[in-house]
Amino acid sequence: MVDAPEGIEGQGFFATSLDKVIGMARANSLWPLPFATSCCGIEFMATMGSNYDLARFGSERLSFSPRQADLLMVMGTIAKKMGPVLKQVYDQMAEPKWVIAVGACASSGGIFDTYSVLQGIDRIIPVDVYVPGCPPRPEQIIEGVMKIQDLARKESLRRRNSDEYKKMLESYNIETQ
Amino acid sequence: MSMTELNNENVLQVLNETFGEAILHPETQYGMLSVEIPADRNTEIVGCLKDHKDISMGFLTDVCAVHYPEQKGRELAVVYHLHSWTKNFRMRIKCFLPAEKPEITTMTGLYNSANWMERETFDFYGVQFTGHPDLRRILNMDEMDYHPLLKQYALEDETRDDKDDSFFGR
Repeated sequence: MVDAPEGIEGQGFFATSLDKVIGMARANSLWPLPFATSCCGIEFMATMGSNYDLARFGSERLSFSPRQADLLMVMGTIAKKMGPVLKQVYDQMAEPKWVIAVGACASSGGIFDTYSVLQGIDRIIPVDVYVPGCPPRPEQIIEGVMKIQDLARKESLRRRNSDEYKKMLESYNIETQ
Repeated sequence: MSMTELNNENVLQVLNETFGEAILHPETQYGMLSVEIPADRNTEIVGCLKDHKDISMGFLTDVCAVHYPEQKGRELAVVYHLHSWTKNFRMRIKCFLPAEKPEITTMTGLYNSANWMERETFDFYGVQFTGHPDLRRILNMDEMDYHPLLKQYALEDETRDDKDDSFFGR
């Protein structure tokens, strides 16, 4: 069970702000889209397995359609040729959406400092949380998801309509919805 | 001449008898015969090896290139690996091309497998295979404007900026 957000409680009523209720609901029902291209994806499989069990955090429902997903988890080396595909997947996700870059390759290119590899996915899409490691252990991936939960819980409902957010998307040449 | 078993000596002998001066620098490395041939005779000589009833090189294992920037006039080597499945024999054929005009006739007329391998060789080394039905990049992204395995280009990604020496105490 998730604790109720801060609010005023009395006999037969509970009052809080809509932001907090929606934040709580979003944070505990994130639908991840796993974009797994290499060994970090294998660690993610362990993360989803019964030992580590990401389902405990409300993320057991993986979505393989970007249109239904809230959280894009990029796990593995992204070749430059893969870049436009990743960007299209991000474009197809509906707001609100979050992105985790899992592992050194997704975060920075990792050991693949070479002409064919994208040197970090933040060159094409905005990233909310970076999980370091090569590959990171399941505990670290869970920590990353929990950071996203924090962001989702505390996010203002107007954030995605703000000029700041639109400017950020424009800096990535992403059309605002 | 009829051969029951192929080996480096009798295949080289067939090549020397048939093509004479065109067979250059025969050598054996790790037990595999390797010869250089003139680049403008590649389909003729490989075609002969393929159709020869005793050799029948029916399989083109690999096409690749090597860049030797220090060899003026013959900077690019195109290497063909041939395999005779029926005779269990492998060999290697090299052609050298100048960097200014890296053109060689395609092998796609002889082997369908040459199609993608020649595209790969073009992609990474810029070798122009004349007569190839669809010579465009295969592995790198289409927007790439150079051939990355030529040695004048850096292997590392030029856009990477986190390798500041000060982070590593250098």
